[in-house]
Amino acid sequence: MRKRVGYIYTLPITLWITFFFVIPILIVFVFSFMKKKLNGGIVWNFSFADLSSLASGHITAFFSKVASHLTFDAYQSLLHPAFLKVVGVTLYIALAATFFTLLLAIPASYYIARSPRKNLLLLLVIVPFWTNLLIRIFAWITILGNNGFVNNILTSLGVITDPIQFLYSKSAVILVTVYTSLPYAILPLYSTIEKFDFTLLEASRDLGASNAQTMWKVFLPNIRVGVITAILFTFIPAIGSYAIPQLIGGTDSYMIGNVIARELTLNRNWPLASSMSLILTVITTIGIYLFVTLNSARIVRQESDVTAAGRSTNG
Amino acid sequence: MPLMVLIVYSFNEGKSSRWTGFSIHWYEELFLNSRTLWNAFENSVLVALASSCVATLIGTLGAIGITWYSFVHKKYLRMASYLPIIIPEIVIGISLLIFFAGLHWQLSLWTIFIAHTTFNIPFVLFIIISRLDEFDYSIIEAAYDLGATEFHALTRVILPMSIPGIISGFLIAMTLSMDDFVITFFVAGPGSSTLPLHIYSMIRIGVSPVINAISVVLIAGTFIFALSSKNIQKYMFKK
Repeated sequence: MRKRVGYIYTLPITLWITFFFVIPILIVFVFSFMKKKLNGGIVWNFSFADLSSLASGHITAFFSKVASHLTFDAYQSLLHPAFLKVVGVTLYIALAATFFTLLLAIPASYYIARSPRKNLLLLLVIVPFWTNLLIRIFAWITILGNNGFVNNILTSLGVITDPIQFLYSKSAVILVTVYTSLPYAILPLYSTIEKFDFTLLEASRDLGASNAQTMWKVFLPNIRVGVITAILFTFIPAIGSYAIPQLIGGTDSYMIGNVIARELTLNRNWPLASSMSLILTVITTIGIYLFVTLNSARIVRQESDVTAAGRSTNG
Repeated sequence: MPLMVLIVYSFNEGKSSRWTGFSIHWYEELFLNSRTLWNAFENSVLVALASSCVATLIGTLGAIGITWYSFVHKKYLRMASYLPIIIPEIVIGISLLIFFAGLHWQLSLWTIFIAHTTFNIPFVLFIIISRLDEFDYSIIEAAYDLGATEFHALTRVILPMSIPGIISGFLIAMTLSMDDFVITFFVAGPGSSTLPLHIYSMIRIGVSPVINAISVVLIAGTFIFALSSKNIQKYMFKK
């Protein structure tokens, strides 16, 4: 009786997720292999006649009809240089954003962890996180826009006469991505640093290491888990970001997300949009997989290092 | 770093643009003239409430099932529930769009509702699972030994113990739903806008200080909400 009940509990969730999630994704997968119809949609020449032909044993006819629908067209278009360029831009922006986020987040979390005012500082970091993404983006538009804060100050100080175009460039996208990713990076870094034994730093300095060496060889390796998590939470969303490039980016900073949207809505090229989505998903999944295995590999290695050290001193 | 930017932009979110003077004009504009905006807001709240309720319901049941029972499709369900978190929002958005279009379903508030519930469920699920994991199953076994039926065990033992988890799941679902932009963008129909969508179109049209006013209101609201939820939690624990 117990076993049957488990089934009932999970029935609603299974049904819902399958119907509204798994199936749509599968549809996208299938669509990426199909031909595009003129006004959007795909070529779909099936009918019940085909099904009945399957039933009456004309298997080859059925499958050749299926095959006539399939094509690699969409994927071939992906090899077009314009698309590859977008992929390049996306990766570049995501990597740069991750790099700068780390650059800022590590010192910031270090400082917060050491500070007596931790809770207040943490709160200040989290509050923007609770605000809507669009509003944060809009805040940057107000600051960086042609009529914006920075330009106004510069003009009134007489430094420049015409406003500088800050927005609509790759750097602007990187900047805003960094800003929106910082809370996601600081929090895991902070929690790792919190557990870090700071006396190790003192010890290393007592043993004669310089500050730089201490940082590089003692501090960083020990917070590797936090760093990797921070990278994960910055890089992966950055690859899939849509709103930021759409609102802040210019023609040179189109990312994969924007292209997918454009193909689907403007060009009505469903197979193409599907194939791009699939590629995006694959990249994302590979990224996540890499990071997860890196993380557990490090943890295992650290633990085995510790046990090896323990054994060598005891044995 | 975030502190600085926060201060700068909160000072910017303001009452007037370009120093034409301090005025509350834009707030008036916000509250009196923006019927479409308030419609969108109502929609947001409606969808958020509905989808969070359903998601919490489904998710809680699912969580209970997963933690303590074995069933035929367990592995499938585990994998399927990880998916919405891994797959980029854009992909989820367009897959639902294509799905609805294929079924010839009209894009509307209902489609938004479905989309939101769909991506809310995994989060609720994970939160409650982690909460349930900390449970002492022997209490529930004791209930069975004492002769409780399945339904009894559920309502009198499990649910009351998991209320904090259910509430956090619900709140997270509400937040995710009210804030969501990308997925909603793809599945909304004409005439059914949510607050983030509306803000987005306002930003695209041009910079109007009304947006500044909204931002301040939203930030203040978030702040108040965060503080008050802390207080509510304290209150609940005192009981």
